Formats: sequence, structure tokens, C-alpha cells
Amino acid sequence: MRSKSRSLLMRRLALHAALTPLAIIWLFPLWMMFVFSTMSDYGIFSPDIVLWPSTQFIENFQNLQADTDFLRAMFISITVAVIYTILSVMLTSMAGWALARYRFAGRSVVIAIILGTITLPFAVVVIPQFIMVAREFRLANTWVALIVPPLFNSLGVLFMRQAFSMMPSELFDAARVEGVKEWRIFLHIALPLARPTMAALSIILFLASWNNYLWPLLINSRPGMMTAPVALGTLIGLTKVSWGGIMAGAVLLTAPILFVFIFLQRHFISGITAGAVK
Amino acid sequence: MRVHNRIAYAFLAPYLLIFATFWLWPIISSFLISFQNTRVNPWRFAPSMNWGRLVGDPAFYNALYNTLIILVIQVPVMIALATVMAVFLNSPLLKARPLYRFAFFVPVVVGEVAYAAVFRLMFSADFGIINKIIGTVGISPVSWFDNGTAAMALLIMAVTWRWAGYNAIIILAGLQSIPGDVYEAATLDRVGKVQQFFHITLPLLKPIILFCIVLSVIGTMQLFAEPFLITNRGGPGGATETLGLLLYRQGFTSLNFGYASAIAYTIAALAVAISLLNLFFGRETK
Repeated sequence: MRSKSRSLLMRRLALHAALTPLAIIWLFPLWMMFVFSTMSDYGIFSPDIVLWPSTQFIENFQNLQADTDFLRAMFISITVAVIYTILSVMLTSMAGWALARYRFAGRSVVIAIILGTITLPFAVVVIPQFIMVAREFRLANTWVALIVPPLFNSLGVLFMRQAFSMMPSELFDAARVEGVKEWRIFLHIALPLARPTMAALSIILFLASWNNYLWPLLINSRPGMMTAPVALGTLIGLTKVSWGGIMAGAVLLTAPILFVFIFLQRHFISGITAGAVK
Repeated sequence: MRVHNRIAYAFLAPYLLIFATFWLWPIISSFLISFQNTRVNPWRFAPSMNWGRLVGDPAFYNALYNTLIILVIQVPVMIALATVMAVFLNSPLLKARPLYRFAFFVPVVVGEVAYAAVFRLMFSADFGIINKIIGTVGISPVSWFDNGTAAMALLIMAVTWRWAGYNAIIILAGLQSIPGDVYEAATLDRVGKVQQFFHITLPLLKPIILFCIVLSVIGTMQLFAEPFLITNRGGPGGATETLGLLLYRQGFTSLNFGYASAIAYTIAALAVAISLLNLFFGRETK
């Protein structure tokens, strides 16, 4: 009995001894992002090892704002992410509802489209999408170009469909007997019940829009219409640029979503695993 | 379930409209553009121009080689690490679980640009914190951006940091769906923990791990932001140029849409081929 509890203790110690260094390594880049954002450029490029924050964050932010209009870019990013999230949740809930609750001609084709496009790389559509939006529609450097093309989202539909198909059908049949219209059933009965799923999906969609880089980089490259990641990206690699400023921008990009992550970790995780667990 | 064509399509209409406009048409259009000479105005049909160039282009083979190197090294390392993370996070012996979970999962929310910036600064050759730290144990500074092998290693480390936790989340969900009594029975039969891992956990996790590999392969095939931002446009001298970066360069720097479309289709074909291969092996032993 005694030796057993000792071996359990040893196992517990070994587990923590293996996991702790790994966790420190994993947190290190984020911690350094924060530390760098509070150091002067002189301090960042000094030969000393500095692992503790300093006091220069405001100055760094002012340098960043002088290098690129970061506040404007943040405003664009936030607005785009909010509108995108609302529209995308609407589209995917409606499509998910149709797939979960109705039989119709071509249903298997629609499902094949959704499953087929999950594993299709964005690379294959990016060139013609750009030609179409920028050259044919002449929508480069507009809000529409940032929000509308990325709206197609297969995982969201699957996620919503799952939520709707788990609801008992008696719920909706009772309303139908009383002659309630289908869109009212969807809007007033099904959607309120799917609120937790919609919350998880919203977080994932917001994050995707907030961090989206390639498409906004291509389509909105004019300074006044850049999103925050694109604006920050233009500074990386310049020779005369404030690195403290870039780090302040990185912190501003990361901090809001980090707080959401800390408080709503469960929703993040259910959003991420939605695609995997069928 | 009720048969209602009109109502169903009314609900599906906005979604299908976006699909048709921004995915279906581009997929077709991309294919057509790859057979056109887009360097003249108006574009002309030139069936072998882009694909012929692709077959003989050393820049394409370089990007393909680099992408496959990342695929072969980074994906297995990351998936193995993610599995270890998930198994350890799932252990009942672990204290302060939320803290460890936070450490491993948090890179998932960090954007490409933010993390690229901090990696670039940390690995700076002269005053980067990494070279300073390895200097304290007597290792001479590594020129992470001027040495092709070091730049590739940096890229692999960065991508692994960003995505290991994401895969660990998925694998952990898979672990938690394995019923506990399987392990109880094994423990009663005096099967060791390590053997339990290799003979019970891994086989049951196989479909989930295959799913993670498919996602990682697709991600790696179009890897762009990291070589673009961290190793400065695929440097040094193209040592970290990936297929995703080559596509960007041809499409949006040289504005050669025809050739870029041929590259895009190659990326997609490779991704689909590797995914199917994966599915095939996943099915066979089931």
C-alpha cells in the first residue's frame, strides 16, 4: 500500500516536471510580447537580458500611431468583425436549420458542397476572388470587400445544424398545428433555444475575422482602409521603425481576444472541436 | 422532417448565393484562368503556357521542396507534441490544470501578424532574447535569418508554437470521449500505463489524429504569413519560400494571374491527394 502511494507521488512529480518547462516555453513568446511593448527601442536592442516589463507602453503606442494610423485600423477591424459575425451567424443558422429540419430535393448535393469545401484550401479561390472583387466589381478598399467574400463558412453550418437537429420535433410540430409560419418557428422557437451554440460560433467567427490576414492584405491595401493586422504587418521588415511600437500594436491586437478567451474558454473549445467530433 | 422545397431553399438561399459567387465560380474560373496568357491585354487562350512553365520552373520546385520539408518535419512533431499535451492534460494526477491548459491553448487566439512580429524580434541575430539566452550557456549566436537551415528551423518552431495547442484541444476532446471502464479493465489485468497508451489510447484516437493531420496538411500547403513576415518574404534567398508565398508573389506582386492559378490548383490538388491518402489509410485498418 505504502509503495503504491509513493509510486503515485513519483508519477505526479514526473508529470509536473515534464509539463512545467513546456508550459513556460509556451507562455514565453506572449510574455515577451508584453515586456517588449513596455520597453524603449534602446532597451529592446541593448545587450542585457530583460524579462520584466518597463514603463514605456504609452510612448510606444504614440510611436506606432506615428508610423501608421493604428487607431483607425483598429476601428475598421472591430467594425468588420462585429458585422461579419452577425451576418455569418445569420447565414449559417438559416442554412443549418434548413438542413436539420426539412427534406428537400438536392439536400445531399448541399451537404456534399459543405463537406467538400471544408477541406478545400482558400488558395484555390483567392486569385479569381480577387480579380472578381477588385477588378470586376471595383470594390477594393471598401467595407463590403472585407465583410462579404469571407462569409462562406461550412463549419458554422454543420455546427448550427447539429444544434437544431438535437431539438425535439414535438416542439415545432405543436406550433405548426396552430398554424404558425415556418420562419416564425425558426425565429421565435428554434433560435432562442440555439443561443449557447450561437454564442460559441460567434466567438470563433469573431476571432477568425479579427485575425484574418491574407484576404484583407490583398483587397484593402490603401492606408485608410487597412485592418489592424494588415497595418501592423506593413511595419514588420521596415528598417526605420519603432519595434516597441510594433509590440504595442501586437499587444493591442492580442489583449482583447485574450480576455475573451480567459472568461469564455469553454465556448472557444466547443467551437474548435465542433468540426472534429461528428 | 418535412418535405418543403420552397421553404428549405428560402432558408438556404443567402448561403448558397455566397457559395456560388465567392467559391463555386472562382473554383471554375481559377481553372480556366490557368490556361490563359494573362500577361497580354485582353487575356488569350494559351493552353500550355502556365502549366508548361510550372513543370520547368526551379522556383516552383524550390517552393514545393520547402513546403514538403515543413510538412514532413513540422506536422509529425506538432501532432506528437499535441498528443502528449492532451494526454498529460487529461491525467487525473495533474494539479493546476487550468493554468497548463491556458499555457498550451492560448496561442490559438494570437493572430498571425502579432506572433510573427514577436518571433521576429525574439530571434533577431544581434540583440534577440533567444541568442542572448543561449549565449549564457555558451552557445554562439545563431543567425536565424541569414542561414537557410536556421530560418527553416525557426519557421517550424513558430508554426508548432501557434498550432500545437489547437490540435491538443481536438485530441483532448477525443480522449475525453473514450469510456473510463476500458482503462479500468486494463488496469485490473495489470497492463502498464505506457502499454495502455500504445494499445488502447492511440488506436482509439486514430480517427481524431488523422483529422488533425488532414487539417495540418491543408494549412501547411498554403502556409503564407509566417514565411512572409517572420523570415522576410521567404528569405534568405528563397530558403523558406513556400507554395503559398510563391502563389502570392506570382499573383499579387507580378500580377501574373494565369501562372498563379496554375500554382493554386497544384496546391489544392496536392492537399486533396494527401487528404484522400490519409482517409484511405484511416479506413483500411478500421
